Amino acid sequence: MGYMYIDGMKIEFKDEKNILEVIRKAGIEMPTFCYYSELSTYGACRMCVVENERGGIEAACSTLPRDGMKIKTNTPALQKHRKMILELLLATHCRDCTTCSKNGSCRLQELALRFGVKRVRFENNREEKEKDTSSKSIVRDPNKCILCGDCVRVCQEKQGLGIIDFAHRGSKLQVMPAFDMKLCDTDCVNCGQCAAVCPTGAITVKDETEKMWQYLDDPTKRVVVQIAPAVRVALGDEFGIEHGENVLGKTVKALKMMGVDSVFDTALSADLTVMEEAAEFMERVENGGTFPMYTSCCPAWIRYAENKHPELINTNISSCRSPMQMFGSVIKKWHEQSGDERELISVAIMPCTAKKYEVARNEFTENGKRVVELSLTTQELATMIREAGIQFGELENEYLDAPFDMGGSGAGVIFGVTGGVAEAVIRQCSDDKSSGAVKDIKFIGVRGRDEIKEATVHAGGRDFKICVVHGLANAEKIIRATQSGELYYDLIEIMACPEGCIGGAGQPFAISPERDKRARGLYHTDERIQIKFSDKNPIMGYIYDDILKDEAHSLLHVHYE
Amino acid sequence: MEQKFDFGVIDKILETYGSEQKNLITILQSVQSEHHYLPRKVLEYIAEKMNISLAKIYSVATFYENFSLDPKGRYIIKICDGTACHVRKSIPILERVRDTLGVSAEKPTTDDMMFTVETVSCLGACGLAPVMTLNDKVYPAMTPDKAQELIDAVREGESES
Amino acid sequence: MIKSRDELRAYREKCERALNAQNIRVLVCAGTGCVAGGSLDIYKRLIELCEEKGLNAQIELEKEVSHEGIGIKKSGCHGFCELGPLVKIEPMGWLYLQVKIDDCEEIVEKTLKNGEKVERLFYHDDTGVYEKQFDIPFYKNQTRIVLDECGQIDADSVDEYIAFGGYRAVEKALFEMDSVGICNQIEESGLRGRGGGGYPAGKKWIQVLHQPETLRYVVCNGDEGDPGAFMDRSIMEGNPHRMLEGMIIAGIATKAHEGYIYVRAEYPLAVRRLNRAIEAARKLGLLGDNILGTDFSFDIHINQGAGAFVCGEGSALTASIEGERGMPRVKPPRTVEAGLFGKPTVLNNVETYANVPLIIINGVDWYRSIGTETSPGTKAFAITGNVKNTGLIEVPMGTTLREVVFEIGGGIKNDKKFKAVQIGGPSGGCLTLGEGQIDLPLDFDSLKKVGAMIGSGGLVVMDEHTCMVEVARFFMNFTQNESCGKCVPCREGTRRMLEILERIVGGTGTLEDIDLLEELANTVSKTALCGLGKTAANPVLSTLKYFRNEYVAHVVDKKCPAGECKALKVYRIDPDKCKGCSKCARQCPVSAISGEIKSPFSIDTAKCIKCGACKSACPFGAVEEV
Repeated sequence: MGYMYIDGMKIEFKDEKNILEVIRKAGIEMPTFCYYSELSTYGACRMCVVENERGGIEAACSTLPRDGMKIKTNTPALQKHRKMILELLLATHCRDCTTCSKNGSCRLQELALRFGVKRVRFENNREEKEKDTSSKSIVRDPNKCILCGDCVRVCQEKQGLGIIDFAHRGSKLQVMPAFDMKLCDTDCVNCGQCAAVCPTGAITVKDETEKMWQYLDDPTKRVVVQIAPAVRVALGDEFGIEHGENVLGKTVKALKMMGVDSVFDTALSADLTVMEEAAEFMERVENGGTFPMYTSCCPAWIRYAENKHPELINTNISSCRSPMQMFGSVIKKWHEQSGDERELISVAIMPCTAKKYEVARNEFTENGKRVVELSLTTQELATMIREAGIQFGELENEYLDAPFDMGGSGAGVIFGVTGGVAEAVIRQCSDDKSSGAVKDIKFIGVRGRDEIKEATVHAGGRDFKICVVHGLANAEKIIRATQSGELYYDLIEIMACPEGCIGGAGQPFAISPERDKRARGLYHTDERIQIKFSDKNPIMGYIYDDILKDEAHSLLHVHYE
Repeated sequence: MEQKFDFGVIDKILETYGSEQKNLITILQSVQSEHHYLPRKVLEYIAEKMNISLAKIYSVATFYENFSLDPKGRYIIKICDGTACHVRKSIPILERVRDTLGVSAEKPTTDDMMFTVETVSCLGACGLAPVMTLNDKVYPAMTPDKAQELIDAVREGESES
Repeated sequence: MIKSRDELRAYREKCERALNAQNIRVLVCAGTGCVAGGSLDIYKRLIELCEEKGLNAQIELEKEVSHEGIGIKKSGCHGFCELGPLVKIEPMGWLYLQVKIDDCEEIVEKTLKNGEKVERLFYHDDTGVYEKQFDIPFYKNQTRIVLDECGQIDADSVDEYIAFGGYRAVEKALFEMDSVGICNQIEESGLRGRGGGGYPAGKKWIQVLHQPETLRYVVCNGDEGDPGAFMDRSIMEGNPHRMLEGMIIAGIATKAHEGYIYVRAEYPLAVRRLNRAIEAARKLGLLGDNILGTDFSFDIHINQGAGAFVCGEGSALTASIEGERGMPRVKPPRTVEAGLFGKPTVLNNVETYANVPLIIINGVDWYRSIGTETSPGTKAFAITGNVKNTGLIEVPMGTTLREVVFEIGGGIKNDKKFKAVQIGGPSGGCLTLGEGQIDLPLDFDSLKKVGAMIGSGGLVVMDEHTCMVEVARFFMNFTQNESCGKCVPCREGTRRMLEILERIVGGTGTLEDIDLLEELANTVSKTALCGLGKTAANPVLSTLKYFRNEYVAHVVDKKCPAGECKALKVYRIDPDKCKGCSKCARQCPVSAISGEIKSPFSIDTAKCIKCGACKSACPFGAVEEV
């Protein structure tokens, strides 16, 4: 607690962990490459330098605020140093900005522009390195890496994986997987968080928009799209719409304008997931099945479990397919029954990069054809909207297509945020289906951005212990604690990305408080939807009885190979 | 080059020092003194046993100059290019040694895996500059000719035995 | 196992008796330098000869028997490596230099048997012959308090260390002082860290003592990486117990129970001696649980570096001990708050710890009587380069550069002209003849004022034929090789500075290059993350400051004033001297020389690679460098 002076302004500080946070609070946008409030402080880019009273220079990210401290953030000396640092970075950086997938959203480009770097006096004599396009989800281009280490820290600190790390040192320093392996040969779970934090085009999400345009242009293809819950509260970020506002109606409209045949809502198949998962859970309870039961919606988590905890696969982890794959099955059956002669192209718009990997899994391929052909990220959709020249902000809302125009229940929509799956399953299992009960469940402790949450629910005459986790490093802690017997849970929800799918790597990048607004957007949508329980969604009967029929179990569940 | 490794030896090393991260460098040093380099297979084995990501081990192994991920020759020649040695003309010695053996900074080991030539920044034997070492034995006050003689002597000894 | 103060005293008396029973002691230098010169063979030969001649050679102190004999020991480095192998004869104080295996016979016959001198092995120069070590000009002007026992005692013998008064400071600290008292005494003594920064050691200790966290560590930085510096190596090899004793006292002072020594990998002998010293100390109960029967426990581990200069930086060093990449981290938290394993840590270097027992035993007043007001005590320097006497020296802080270079160092080799001294290695700067710098007292503050630093104490003397741009290039090459690469200014800046310096010495530099170099140096020194990065540009900044004209000569006149830069040399044949013998043309590896026999030859400068083969080949001195 105290006051400090920033460029002469008296600014109060409270619990800010460094003066960078205080400066930003004062409304000054300090330039940084390697600072994220959610990761450890690395202090390597040296862009956030400030001048103290004695003319000494310190990095704001790693200086504690002191009462009475006086600093300047923009002196000629600082400008010179920042410019030099940018010039040095640019000198070894690939400068093909116009053809870079990060063009327009690259921090290096942005800061070079902001600080007016007009010349680079050093020759780029670094040898060209090979791009790694082996991963289904992300592309690594070492030529664009500025070695800020953000990806290394997010992979290690948040996901506990350490797939990529620094190698060598000094001017030979690089970020790479061990032995410069291809990403596809590592235990990478495709969560894409490295791409999300990368300030340049060094790690990017694989761009598959061209494929989508091809399908849309082909009259022999029937392109059907499903949209995940978390997409609707994030896509607006790309078009200057208020953070967290639900833009599903506009999204449907935009997709239709691009030529999509039918647009559906994945929240609806989330309802299927709730019903299947709740049934599976109760079945385990009644028949003394394996506990804890883990949720299975997150493909990065599934891949993690396969690599690190194969003992959980096909045992503790729910056999339910993800909502995306469930809808894929439904769409496929529905298409077959519709008599439409065209080839079905089932596409999913997801907040997620790992879904690109999930759609390609063997388990979700039948006779060489994927159940869901293509998974595009929120950001790829935004790119397509821009490419098509659609003025997204001005679009009228359009309704989802029949026969799934009902969309999902409130329980299905909240799948997009950490704790949502657990909350939906609790609603489903709860004995009391009154609106009061729904409100009570809200407060049992599954909501909020905490990385590990616990709740106890009373149902069927007994208490169930539930744990909700986001971030795989946290997941590992919980798995170890349950395996050692230190903790006991009946149900564990795991999402790899920060705060669940709303923080997915396919989304426009956001950290809290912006990310929290997405969560609020989803909870707000839930509140406005009349139907709060998945089994009360009237379309469920139609799906089970008319579309899936006796294949329901085999089409909605999976046995991992 | 598919090579078999005796993981029993590695197990013993892990047991001696303990599998916590803090012992990683000591463990890598033991592995290197066993194999004269850090074989990939061994690093993969250690990563598994120590529960450290392979990228982290690779990261540590490539940070320190003394670790080599490539097999080294049986005779390791180090030429000191510390201040004192540099001032007293260590570079001509290095050039001669490299020329004689047909190696370079990029390819420090001879094809027959007999010699590896490296430079070091200071061996702390500045009073004897310029110095070189052959398998850690220090040779003082070197000249290009003396270095050449030393290499010839080693080769002769090898061909006799 | 010694379990009380009385037992320690009794043990010491025993050791002293055994030492006194050796009427002649022969100390063969077994420092890295002399070992390389074959001193171990001399050591073995001396023992053999004694046995052959029926002399009672004792290689250890014989505490139980203690009948008279000749002690033959391996000592640590005397510092006069250039004239090694060295053999010291005590109690006469004689020093034999450049001893060869064939000299052993005479040494045994004359000196050991009859106590006579072997005169031809004494030091001699134009001023005379010096039989006693401390009369030699190299030693006479030194004040050896930290290095006093290096070379005087058997480096491998804890008994001998104890006989010389060793572990009296631990005894005093344990039985007569408390933690606060020790910290205060160290602070009052004014002891400053010898590793570079010169931070008051006592202050550091007090800060650690007052941390709320009770698990603390004592760490010794033995990662002496400055090229041309080997003070710490000499202490670790020559008197390891002195340093251990300092660390134990730091443990008592800060209530720590574990110590780590980080030694660079290039010092295998130091590691061996330290390991043996730790073993010996444990055996005697000077390390381990309940030291000397008190409730204080302390043990020491050794970590060997793996080749990274940056690990000399505190946070990089602790990261390395933790098994990580040795990359410095941002501060705060500082090492005293959260150092090794995130715990409060005392981190000092070898020389600093070696000072501690002296201060505890002799007191603050004694210590402050040496050196200057703000930099008390002595400093060890490694003096190398173009100076007559190179080696390891110890002088009071505040000794002038002139005394060091011209009195102890004996002046410039081959009577060339003194040009500059590079002090503090790659992090330091240069001092020149001008501006009175030659009379500058060597202490922390005076050097800081002129933009140089003591660093770890490397002193490289340069004569008129040393090109200062090349010196800057050499150090920059070192720094950029050793940069950890974490922060942008150091990783990219050192690389770019090196490129520019390479251009300048290569003859392709421009005036703009000099400005860009200066601009870069400024940004790197102001914005780099760690101390090493911040000082990386010092050699450039200080050579630019004092020798800018040399830079300008390289880029404008395309000439190297010192005549060192090969690329700027031009070879030509003086037609008046050339007899047209064609010898030069035949020697030229690139056929750059042509001409008619018996008429003057000429060199095609475009083809010439400036190897100088023609110059050495010409019997008439017709080839000149211009």
